[in-house]
Amino acid sequence: MKPHWRQWVEEIRQQFPQGNSALLPLLHRIQAEEGWLSPETLADVATLLNLPVTTVESVASFYSLFYKRPVGERVVHVCVGLSCALKGADALMHRLEEHLGIRQGQTTPDGKYSLMEAECLAACDLAPVAQVNLRYMGPVPPEEYQRLLGEGEK
Amino acid sequence: MAELNTHYLLRHREVPDIDQIAVYEAHGGYQSLRRALRDFTPEAVLELVKASGLRGRGGAGFPTGMKWSFLPNDGRPRYLVVNSDEAEPGTFKDRELIEHNPHQLIEGMIISSYAIGSHDAYIYCRGEFLRGSEQLARAIREAYAHGYLGDNILDSGFSLHIHLYRGAGAYICGEESALLESLEGKRGQPRLKPPFPAVAGLYGMPTIVNNVETIANVPVLVEKGADWYRSMGTEKSPGIKIMSVSGHVRRPGNYEVPLATPLRTLIEEYAGGVWPGKLKAIIPGGSSVPLLTPDQIDTPLDYESMIAAGSMLGSGGCIVMNDETCMVWAAHRLVKFYRVESCGKCTPCREGTYWMTNILERLESGEGSQGDLEVLLDVADNIGGKCLCPLGDASLGFMVSAIRHFRDEFEAHVREHGCPLGAKRYDPINH
Repeated sequence: MKPHWRQWVEEIRQQFPQGNSALLPLLHRIQAEEGWLSPETLADVATLLNLPVTTVESVASFYSLFYKRPVGERVVHVCVGLSCALKGADALMHRLEEHLGIRQGQTTPDGKYSLMEAECLAACDLAPVAQVNLRYMGPVPPEEYQRLLGEGEK
Repeated sequence: MAELNTHYLLRHREVPDIDQIAVYEAHGGYQSLRRALRDFTPEAVLELVKASGLRGRGGAGFPTGMKWSFLPNDGRPRYLVVNSDEAEPGTFKDRELIEHNPHQLIEGMIISSYAIGSHDAYIYCRGEFLRGSEQLARAIREAYAHGYLGDNILDSGFSLHIHLYRGAGAYICGEESALLESLEGKRGQPRLKPPFPAVAGLYGMPTIVNNVETIANVPVLVEKGADWYRSMGTEKSPGIKIMSVSGHVRRPGNYEVPLATPLRTLIEEYAGGVWPGKLKAIIPGGSSVPLLTPDQIDTPLDYESMIAAGSMLGSGGCIVMNDETCMVWAAHRLVKFYRVESCGKCTPCREGTYWMTNILERLESGEGSQGDLEVLLDVADNIGGKCLCPLGDASLGFMVSAIRHFRDEFEAHVREHGCPLGAKRYDPINH
């Protein structure tokens, strides 16, 4: 547990004093710092909010953006919703899988990239669309998949 | 009559940087709030919204003023909650609004909260909308700094605080009772209704949950009046609607249209027409609604006409599919979405979407058998109307209508042991 997490709890509780409403904002904030939510982190959160560990685990496990395993520096979400699929999202996903040597849901061994399916990112006008660390990129035609990997960027 | 490219909601199309409060104010922003607080009683705002005939833009189309009037007068605190958990496949209007015109939503929230007597309002913003939530957070800070939020707003005696809350990846949280569960820090699973949120909502208190687009209409109503709003659309579907067009069209995007605009105008004039290929099917109102066929393209975009045509206006997410699109493939894609997003609380939805996905996958990959269609329809029959929330029913809209309109195509998949259209299906599990 990091000392400033207690301060965060105070700040969040000013906005959300009721119920367990502080839980999701706190998980967001800690994950932004830690990269993911380890079992130890979830136990710390339970202590901080005076909740049963099982409650925190149960809630964290419900939401796809709370990562229960370490993820890469660049988390690439490829939208596979119908509108994106009509514009080549599947081919885009294939190209990324082939290039990175992993399948969707996995992280490259060097810890650089995680590749994930997203269910409709509400950006069908940008199809095929993806998010890199929750920032939109699109349209990304399959042959331009490398744009999502930021290769060559320094 | 609003003309092509006249915007009341997507105002950033004409006014760059309207997301900055100074620009918003320079173009009449927060004047509706001043007017409402100065010239209107809360009851008068409620009457205005009722008189306008504004209906909920999230999908259900419930009359907004009527919803507001369901709040009991029992002295308990009331809450306004704005649903910005947009995730219905094909729908992307709220994202554009919060990213580019956030102050109009905030102004609408303040006026709406004044009308219903709420002093704490919440925005539940989809977790994936990182940019949108940053824009909202900044706009809220600006509104506080300019005296539009906080205590005693513009010396009116009315006080309001807005709290921005981020979801974390769950389509089901767009369902209002699941949204409230999530906002209370729980798993986002729908509640049994009744009681409805208006009676027992957030923290057990009377709560109104409205969609982003719905609330963004409110400042326009105060400025222009109910008669102006009713000059567009139909008696039961007045006003304007943002339609999101995607799929096989030349210009995918959001288009703000008067209700009752023909679907053909939306697709051919606004979105530039079907491209490539020829039209095969249209989902007019988000992935949850039944498809329309090319002969129905002249259907007006209003709630009643869409129901009469066998579909729904829904969220306004219009997905256009050309003649190379396999309907089995499309049904598989959509049903799989609901399988992934089913919260698992109700057995018919949790198990039904799983089995429908499996059967559609089998059909598409040429391993279907005679009788699969009947099993699909039987499973569908056992989901429809048998769950706590509409997600299970939503998974059926496209599939059942696709089987009805394109039964030959489904049967051909069995007969020919594969997809006659040669569609390539991406399957992360088996490829």
